[in-house]
Amino acid sequence: MKFERYGIGIAKGMALTFRHLFRSPITIQYPDEKLVTSRRIRGNELVWFPEKCTGCATCAKSCPQGNIVISTHRGEGSKFEVDIFEIDSGRCIFCGLCVESCPYDALAMGLSYECAKYRRGDLILSKEKLAVSANHQPSAYYRPQFEDKLPKQSLLLYNQAEGGQKLKFLPLSKRKRGSGA
Amino acid sequence: MTLLEQFQLLLKNANWPDWAVYLTPAIAGILLILVFVLTIIIVFIWWERRLLGRFQLRTGPNRCGPEGIFQPIATAIKILLKEDIVPDKADKLLHFVAPIIVFVPILMLFAVIPVGEGAILVDLNIGIIYIIAISSISVIGIFMASWASNNKYSLIAGMRAIAQMVSYELPVVLSIVGVALVAGSFSMLKIVEAQGIPYILQQPLGFIIFFLGALAEMNRSPFDLLEADSEIVAGYHIEYSGMKFAMFYLGEYGIVLAYAGIMATLFLGGWQGPLLPPIVWFLIKVVIIFSFIIWMRATLPRLRVDQLMSFAWKFLLPMAVINLVIIAVEVLVLPLSMQWLIIILNFGFAAALILLWSKLFTLGGGRVEV
Amino acid sequence: MPIKTEPFYLNIGPQHPSTHGVFRLRVALDGEVVVGVEPIIGYLHRGIEKLAETRTYTQTIPFTDRLDYLSSMTNNLAYCLAVEKLGGLKVPERAEYIRVIFSEIMRISSHMMAVGFFLNDLGAMMTPVLYMWREREKIMDMFEMVCGQRLLYNYMRIGGVSQNLPDDFMPAVKKFLAEMPKYIDEYDQLLAQNEILLARSKGVGILSKDTAIGIGASGPVLRASGVKWDIRKMDPYSIYERFDFEVPTGDTGDCYDRYWVRMLEIRQSVRILEQAIAQIPEKGAVCADVPQFFRPPRGEAYGYLEGPKGNIGFYIVSDGSIAPYRLHIYPPTLINITALSDMVIGWKVADLIIIFGSIDVVLGEIDR
Repeated sequence: MKFERYGIGIAKGMALTFRHLFRSPITIQYPDEKLVTSRRIRGNELVWFPEKCTGCATCAKSCPQGNIVISTHRGEGSKFEVDIFEIDSGRCIFCGLCVESCPYDALAMGLSYECAKYRRGDLILSKEKLAVSANHQPSAYYRPQFEDKLPKQSLLLYNQAEGGQKLKFLPLSKRKRGSGA
Repeated sequence: MTLLEQFQLLLKNANWPDWAVYLTPAIAGILLILVFVLTIIIVFIWWERRLLGRFQLRTGPNRCGPEGIFQPIATAIKILLKEDIVPDKADKLLHFVAPIIVFVPILMLFAVIPVGEGAILVDLNIGIIYIIAISSISVIGIFMASWASNNKYSLIAGMRAIAQMVSYELPVVLSIVGVALVAGSFSMLKIVEAQGIPYILQQPLGFIIFFLGALAEMNRSPFDLLEADSEIVAGYHIEYSGMKFAMFYLGEYGIVLAYAGIMATLFLGGWQGPLLPPIVWFLIKVVIIFSFIIWMRATLPRLRVDQLMSFAWKFLLPMAVINLVIIAVEVLVLPLSMQWLIIILNFGFAAALILLWSKLFTLGGGRVEV
Repeated sequence: MPIKTEPFYLNIGPQHPSTHGVFRLRVALDGEVVVGVEPIIGYLHRGIEKLAETRTYTQTIPFTDRLDYLSSMTNNLAYCLAVEKLGGLKVPERAEYIRVIFSEIMRISSHMMAVGFFLNDLGAMMTPVLYMWREREKIMDMFEMVCGQRLLYNYMRIGGVSQNLPDDFMPAVKKFLAEMPKYIDEYDQLLAQNEILLARSKGVGILSKDTAIGIGASGPVLRASGVKWDIRKMDPYSIYERFDFEVPTGDTGDCYDRYWVRMLEIRQSVRILEQAIAQIPEKGAVCADVPQFFRPPRGEAYGYLEGPKGNIGFYIVSDGSIAPYRLHIYPPTLINITALSDMVIGWKVADLIIIFGSIDVVLGEIDR
């Protein structure tokens, strides 16, 4: 191979990298800054509404991992009462098929994604852990009724004025030191 | 007279015994260099990571201290606390000695690099020859490390190291001879003083050859074949950890600092410059060269080993010889007052030679029939 | 007297920075020259074909995500095409357009990764990767917006797609398409004419036309060898016959051509996307009425399409129950790396790395 172009290609490439020096970085400082996730996020938790659930176990049947444990008994009238409803989020692949198959909208994907635990046993989501609470909200995956309440996703595509990702030259470490414990 | 000699004279006048007059300034100078080099290396590591981050649309380290400046210190502490692993079938003695042989000559280089008027540890009258001699020693250390690790990747790296460093020594030396010829001295101080106009203008081709050769000598992209992480993982220091790895790591940046200093001295007018104090001018020049090296690292892919060799032997070496001949003739024929004519002539020669070589010579071979 | 020598065996992988996963190459070297190469695969085997036999047809879709995890959408689509062929299902118009849009976005994303890591293998110190990840990140954002995840989408369904597009999607994709050509120009400026890149990749690892056809290579690897063969043109699936695009081909089949064909394909994908965005119907169903436990009739079907890496196919045998009797996956990169030993013999170790990188393998697919 000859250097037929006298290094013009190299110079062009170096000019491009030099221009990138003046563009704002595309990364964010994660634990300090957090992006708004998609409204339809399939977070690492599921949300279960006991009042809507009839105990039909369609979710358990549709789970590719066989991961949903549900056990019911016949209550008053013809209504089933759910005794056990457990999802092992350590084995779950978060495909969302259970949410899609639920005919009564009793199951939804969760919004949270920081769900690391110290013990495997803690990953099993029991009835109490699956219930709605302040920091355990359903996402709009296959549940368009929740869509309007959730904040708009921040996209890298738009700049910050257009409601995009927070992009700035984060200069000083002083600004916010790791607030997460 | 260097600052150190003045210090010696001062002690002598104060009636210190002879051995103390000799030893005290020497130890003080060595400590000064050690502190100076290590501080700058730490800043360099930070600067490289930060600047590389900015080239790549990242932020770079920014957590530890203001702007992340203490990150290299944190890294150093981490490296020093790591377990020192020696492979079972390694050659224990060579494995232990190799990092020292790599690192110590690099520190020795700083003895003759002037950072200001008289601010030089020892003003050898063969300063450049000393640099050429000492800087070649680290090759042996690298080869020892790669052989002693008993690792196939590092063995490949060692073989590459010998070939690469020995080949690139020649064009580097020849381009230095051009400078010495014009300056009329091998002493680093005299070379700096001789540069009314920086030699980069007078000998552009020499600077390009020296720069590319030095890049190969210090294993920087695009000639970083010794540690090509995508091919031979980490090259010669693949089996090193802990303090020994830290020696290689410091050595890597130390040699960049040394070569940047040599380049600034030989071609950019050393410490000379208006207004600012000499040390600041020296550091500015060094940082500019270092930033350029980082810029190249952020952009360029690396060459293959046979292309690397042919680049040294087919491109740089003949060009360096021709460059030397041109400069010798100019020194012989043209009077010193015609500086500007020499500059214009040399730029013309440089452009012509580069064009000619680009057209004429192929780079490296192709497939080998097996 | 000749010097007595013996080859030098080097294990590249399973843990190595440029094996793109857990791949092992047992290389015989003569100095730095490769004289023999033996790929060893199977470190990522998860038995997806067998798993599918005990899952319903819908439940297998999440597993197809995990084959070639850099182009999950097209894997999903290929599987769904096979099941639809088996069951004789009709896909709604709007769903077809959504499928095309996502296939092409996926192709851009996958090629971005392929080219970025090819340049990284050449030693360009992560810069091209990070520049290309910027575009990929925008694509990931759009996928996240639609299906809630960034890597394992599970979006295509038998008979359509799982959900309708959100309102924000169309403006986002239009803005993306408007910006994209400028960025592709930048990538070309960065390294396409770089002398070092040309010296490293031109004429290196040539895969001849006959060998490429002989081993059954597909995708950019085949097209770089000069064979104008693209399933989107040859046997249009979905609604690809409605779009106007070209099939870029290379001349020699070297590493540079494989890189350059990918860059050209990104431009063609942008072209298809622009047409699809203009034509997509505003309203309409996005999924045919398919029961949850879908029982196709007895028989067999082969669904295949032009994925980013090549021809990905799913062969399904149905016994009329809710689960396939047998599922076989035809992975493009497994076929493509069979050409590796033809390409690398006689080149240096450094060339071996870039030739392997230029094939663009994903080990999840090879080992299945």
